[in-house]
Amino acid sequence: MTAPLLSVQGLNKRFGAIEACRDISFELEEGEALAIVGESGSGKTTLLNLVAGAAPADSGEVVYRLRDGAARALSSLSEAERRALMRTDWGFVHQDSSLGLRMNVSAGGNIGERLMAVGDRHYGRIRAAALDWLKRVEIAASRVDDPPATYSGGMRQRLQIARNLVTGPRLVFMDEPTGGLDVSVQARLLDLLRGLIADMGLAVILVTHDLAVARLLSHRILVMKQGEVIESGLTDRVLDDPQAPYTQLLVSSVLAA
Amino acid sequence: MSALNANELLRVESLAKTFTLHLHGGARLPVVHGVSLSVMAGECVVLGGPSGVGKSSILKMVGGSYLAGEGRILVADGERVVDVARAAPREILDLRRRVVGNVSQFLRVIPRVAAIDIVAAAAQEAGFDRDAAGARAAALLARLRLPEALWRLPPATFSGGEQQRVNIARGFAGAHRLLVLDEPTASLDAANREAVIALIAERKAQGSGFLAIFHDDDVRARVADRIVDVARFSDREAA
Repeated sequence: MTAPLLSVQGLNKRFGAIEACRDISFELEEGEALAIVGESGSGKTTLLNLVAGAAPADSGEVVYRLRDGAARALSSLSEAERRALMRTDWGFVHQDSSLGLRMNVSAGGNIGERLMAVGDRHYGRIRAAALDWLKRVEIAASRVDDPPATYSGGMRQRLQIARNLVTGPRLVFMDEPTGGLDVSVQARLLDLLRGLIADMGLAVILVTHDLAVARLLSHRILVMKQGEVIESGLTDRVLDDPQAPYTQLLVSSVLAA
Repeated sequence: MSALNANELLRVESLAKTFTLHLHGGARLPVVHGVSLSVMAGECVVLGGPSGVGKSSILKMVGGSYLAGEGRILVADGERVVDVARAAPREILDLRRRVVGNVSQFLRVIPRVAAIDIVAAAAQEAGFDRDAAGARAAALLARLRLPEALWRLPPATFSGGEQQRVNIARGFAGAHRLLVLDEPTASLDAANREAVIALIAERKAQGSGFLAIFHDDDVRARVADRIVDVARFSDREAA
């Protein structure tokens, strides 16, 4: 048996008196999409940041299987190794696109920057990859030299996705990727994400409070409440036959998921 | 562990389900208990009994979208036997791709995705390559008499019967040996029902097994090899 792509083991995080994450463990395989759902303040974004190494855990370990097949604890990687991992094999799509994009650099530059970070110096090839990715995320090639500051919210999210996927990552973290967008814009983005996840065989950890988004994009769900995972399982099982009182409340509180 | 018999695709043993409604004072709502049945290759087993008796709940437990309370749901996967009642999510996803197909009562529409792509995606998930999946999708939609003008459109605006035919095509797009059907003909007219009956007969002849609910007596009489009366497993008083 090969190790899982990602193994999260007993993560804990406190902010003063608040336990933001308590003893959280799960595994993720290649090509698997996991949604973390729960209300605001349930700890889901904290958990995402701990797993992605964007914030330090108080205790616990995240083990990732690198491209060479070796399963390594992230805490054992050097700073350079960790940065390389985040720039190549991982992606992170933020709800706030200004955290994931350079707003005053051209769209092509935003995509190209990640390629240059992994050592590509060939201008023509970088430009071609940027144009190809703009097309894949349905942004007109004529906008390649415009900075995302001039883009709509939906376009910025699509550009953020292109920037993350251009290096062919195996694991992408997403924090409310459709949050704050108009419903019609959301639908287009969701459909695009769904297609890319399937085509590229991406593993995804998706934080969302929107159960319909979780249903559309994920295979499995973790339900969080007050820093703990209170229910987990197949996405349709959790949504169609929720067991925990809190999950039943979440599912019954939406009009149609 | 008793293994399955030769040609047995599904065996349900002593299956029970009770809903606990935590938002309603923890009320317990027993649905079924002691459900035992089996489906052999080439056989269509129909769940019978009045509405509310627990037929759909049994199908959902077999498909894995409802949690089984007690009992076993043994599914043949080649030489292996998987107990859906205890399987990890990953195993159930794998079974759904390769072994257990499903046609629900309603199509869950995905925004912006064309009807033919919905069906082709299901075939690809089941292991057909892109070209073969596209060809399979087209053949199924044609057999189910969906007007070709609709193939490239997303089904959101289709009629109930048209959506249901896309749903059936999706369920039949793979090469699943066991198919779970929840009233697939409910919103179809006579000609389209015939197409579905023919499709079921063809897959039965190829060795697939079916566990199904049909309210239409004529359809049931023509496709069912056996009818299992769910009332005897039900925790509800018959209406």
